[in-house]
Amino acid sequence: MEILFYIAAAVTVLATLRVITHVHAVHALLYLVVALIALALIFYLLGAQFAAALEIIIYGGAIMVLFIFVVMLLGPLAVEQERTWLKPGAWVGPGILALVLLGEVGYLIAIGDHLPITVSETRQKGVSIALYGPYIIGVELASMLLLPGLIGAYHLGRRVSKESR
Amino acid sequence: MIDWSHTALTIGVILGGALTLAGLLIWVERRLLGIWQERYGPNRLGPGGCLQSLADMIKIFTKEDWIPPFADKAVFVITPAIVVITALMSFAVVPIAPSFVVSDLNMGVLFFLAMSSLAAYSVIIGGWASNSKFAFLGSLRAIAQLLSYEVFMGLSLMGAVLLAGSFNLSDIVDAQQQVWFVVPQFLGFLGFFMAGLAEAHRTPFDMPEAEAELVAGYHSEYSGMKFGMFFVGEYLSVILLSAMTVILFFGGWHGPWLPPVVWFVLKMSAFIVLIILIRATWPRFRFDQLLSFGWKVVMPLALINLLVTGGVVLWKAG
Repeated sequence: MEILFYIAAAVTVLATLRVITHVHAVHALLYLVVALIALALIFYLLGAQFAAALEIIIYGGAIMVLFIFVVMLLGPLAVEQERTWLKPGAWVGPGILALVLLGEVGYLIAIGDHLPITVSETRQKGVSIALYGPYIIGVELASMLLLPGLIGAYHLGRRVSKESR
Repeated sequence: MIDWSHTALTIGVILGGALTLAGLLIWVERRLLGIWQERYGPNRLGPGGCLQSLADMIKIFTKEDWIPPFADKAVFVITPAIVVITALMSFAVVPIAPSFVVSDLNMGVLFFLAMSSLAAYSVIIGGWASNSKFAFLGSLRAIAQLLSYEVFMGLSLMGAVLLAGSFNLSDIVDAQQQVWFVVPQFLGFLGFFMAGLAEAHRTPFDMPEAEAELVAGYHSEYSGMKFGMFFVGEYLSVILLSAMTVILFFGGWHGPWLPPVVWFVLKMSAFIVLIILIRATWPRFRFDQLLSFGWKVVMPLALINLLVTGGVVLWKAG
């Protein structure tokens, strides 16, 4: 079990690194899909089955497909421009900040007690009862947030089609 | 403890069966189309022509495996694998008979939906990596179609999930011992079947590969066995759609007298033939008709169906 976790974690980290460093937008997005699938596997291994399934259906499937769709529509990809943006000099700032975080994580691992990975299986029913019980406010707020997004998208789409007519 | 030999045997039987059936279907479809159109179809090789797929396969293996110089090579090569892998992965949760299933997952329905949403990538990046206009147009259509119909597919099978009270496919089959879910969930069945046809891009929803206008859609540039993989993948998803329809709405392996496996295969074959019959008799929709039909007819019906089912389940639970 534990070895599966570490493999999935390594894939996630490597794929995410490639997302950042790749100059080709569509390739970077495909790496992001791999990272999301690996993340879903981690969720599954830690017992969160429902979260794992939703991670693939919603993020891996629907949202990333839309991302790739939009990037594809942007036409000839500016690989050269991306290459000029990704000059070594641009890495200094983020690199230092990430090093600080890495140091903190290393320190925490060094001083912390080494608990084994505990798996507490959460089934769909448990997630649903939590969502529609104590967290009902959050669900309602999220749906209220999504509704304006939907209406806004409809509005924007409508205006464009009027202009083209 | 998992019984490894049993699992390995089940995997072997299901994978072998699905792949053989997919190969055989290429011949079955051509033959049935021929008969319905009052011609013979391929009838030369073997009894009734049933070895035609074998001959096709030998031919396709000896063809030149051409990667266009303008294509994105790595992505181009990996795409046909995604088609077949995602289709075959879904078979892992398909229960053919009691305990005759590779992985009786708690979230079988969700796993099936997850795999079908990942299958969308094959179409999208295949069309994009080909770097050709026909392929790209085909994949643009495919994305719009797949994204829309995925929503209805999930919504319309939730009625069956509600009635069974479980995401586990074996539990859903067992909940249909008294009455098949197609009776209380007729709208759900219609929505699921239409969405499934659109996901498998079969006629009348085969715009992404409409050969009259797009050459072959997103797989125009593929040749040799890579094209063969797209072809096998399409038939695998036809088999999967039939199997899932039987499991969710037609009582799975339940039936009198005959053993469960026979019932399952019989029902599944009936749906495969129905899908081929639809192809033989229905013209292709127009693309905007397809999308507005989905969002304006199937979507509200699926939502109403879900609402009523939820209400009835709540009322019965008291």
